[in-house]
Amino acid sequence: MDLFKIFSEIEKVDPEVYERFDTRRRAFKHMAGLGKKVTAATLPGLLGAMFQKAYGQTTTLPAEIVSTLNLALQLEYLERNYYATGLSTAGTVPSADTPAITIIRDDEVGHIAALKLVLGSQAFNGNGTASTDIDATYFDYTAGGKLPNPFGTGNTANFYATAQGFVDTGVRAYKGGAKNLMGNKDILQAALNIHSVEARHSSHIRLLRRGGVAVAGDLSNLSARPKSWISGTDGGGPVPAVTAPVYGAGSPAADYPAEDNVTQATINVQSNTTPPTGQTITAAAASEAFDEPLDAATVKTIARNFISQKGRNFGLFA
Amino acid sequence: MSQKTHTPEDELEVAKPLLVPIKRRSFFMYAGATAGATALLLSGCDDDDNNGSNSNLIDVGSGDNGVLNYAYALEQLEAAFYTQVLGGGYYAGANAAEKQIFLDIALHEKIHADFFKTALGNNAIPALTPDFSAINFADRTSVLNYAKAFEDLGVAAYNGAGRFIENPAYLTLAGKIVSVEARHAALVRDLLSFNSFITEDIVDFSTTSATARQEKSKTPAQVLESANLYLASGSKLSANSLK
Repeated sequence: MDLFKIFSEIEKVDPEVYERFDTRRRAFKHMAGLGKKVTAATLPGLLGAMFQKAYGQTTTLPAEIVSTLNLALQLEYLERNYYATGLSTAGTVPSADTPAITIIRDDEVGHIAALKLVLGSQAFNGNGTASTDIDATYFDYTAGGKLPNPFGTGNTANFYATAQGFVDTGVRAYKGGAKNLMGNKDILQAALNIHSVEARHSSHIRLLRRGGVAVAGDLSNLSARPKSWISGTDGGGPVPAVTAPVYGAGSPAADYPAEDNVTQATINVQSNTTPPTGQTITAAAASEAFDEPLDAATVKTIARNFISQKGRNFGLFA
Repeated sequence: MSQKTHTPEDELEVAKPLLVPIKRRSFFMYAGATAGATALLLSGCDDDDNNGSNSNLIDVGSGDNGVLNYAYALEQLEAAFYTQVLGGGYYAGANAAEKQIFLDIALHEKIHADFFKTALGNNAIPALTPDFSAINFADRTSVLNYAKAFEDLGVAAYNGAGRFIENPAYLTLAGKIVSVEARHAALVRDLLSFNSFITEDIVDFSTTSATARQEKSKTPAQVLESANLYLASGSKLSANSLK
């Protein structure tokens, strides 16, 4: 058998054959790992597996991947509609911040498109048809009146406060979901590449909330003047009565600790660290250095605060 | 401030042609011409992305230890950079907000580096010697530009290495760190130019494709091409098993 001939033949009908295998390099790695067990007798079967990986659109996604991505998709809807409404309601977003909020809105638009491409017909659509657009009417951005109206003139601070709760929930949700995607490395990588974009959003929203690049974070009032990273539990976040769970422990707490956690893989990272000359490693710094994941159930509990009756009927975050 | 400084972007571009790995397509052409399929599969895929012909590279190793050492190496580089920032002229004269920011980042990176060192124990690569001769630690623009380059590189590196991790706990651990690096990156970018926390060079600006609005992750080979520019001879790295 001449492998080159096989590829050469395929190339006549599929010029992209080499690229397909290039983006599926794990297929090769997997085979190399089998080492000396590969013989002429076993080779055809292995090649079959390799081609299935390269061209494999036929198998359905595992349920765990579907549910993880569908939770992400619903969170993206929550966010996209929030920023879109803020941008379309005069007075909400100051002109200097319009470019940033537009970028963030468009990022969520793109994430929704990418997630729907992966999920295909399995993308969450509640009780509706596949074409249903989950718009702002499915959400309640005052959390049932527990938060002030975030939209319109005079409400900019409210808008950013609630936004911080959303972005930080999103970062924790993607982080908690990543391990569920390990069975499909390309999907995992896409999710990781979204996760860091969400973290960049959080950094910028926090910068806006504390008053811009010239203002330091206030460790004695992190609710109002947060750093760009989460310090301890951030004083419960922008509106502790509603946002404290965003920074608290998930379930089980051993796997999903609160954001003030300083123990990583059994190592106390505060006492483990030799600080730069003249500096001290505080518990705050030790907690800031690591963000924490959140489990799906806790994420849904937080998110359900922000759905309307229509969203509830529709099955959002159920 | 008006003085033209050497930017990290310049150097990263300059270095690239030196280390272009053999393209997979031509690899197949060569391999197919002479080798039987079995020989190709057993031996042909091991060394195609060889990081140049330089000896003297420290390889990070294979499997999860390889990924953790790769992260340890990058965190060492970052920790060393920010420790020097704290001792430099820019930091001494910085305003209170920027002092807080760079002290925090310096501590975070040292915490990360020491964490990996302890976690890896006897499997850890040696302490690396950086080469920051291109960086002017007295100049704000120089410091910020290199901070941006290191942070963006770190995010792209963690995102690109996730697929090589086998133990779910380590994947979560990497996730805990990468989002902090992304927070750093976004803020340093905003310090350089407000609202540049996300730009098209690091995120795919399509809103409809499969990679829409996703960070452009990098392979270990791509990352180390850049990182090796800031490591002294004898401390430069390869990641030959992470691909």
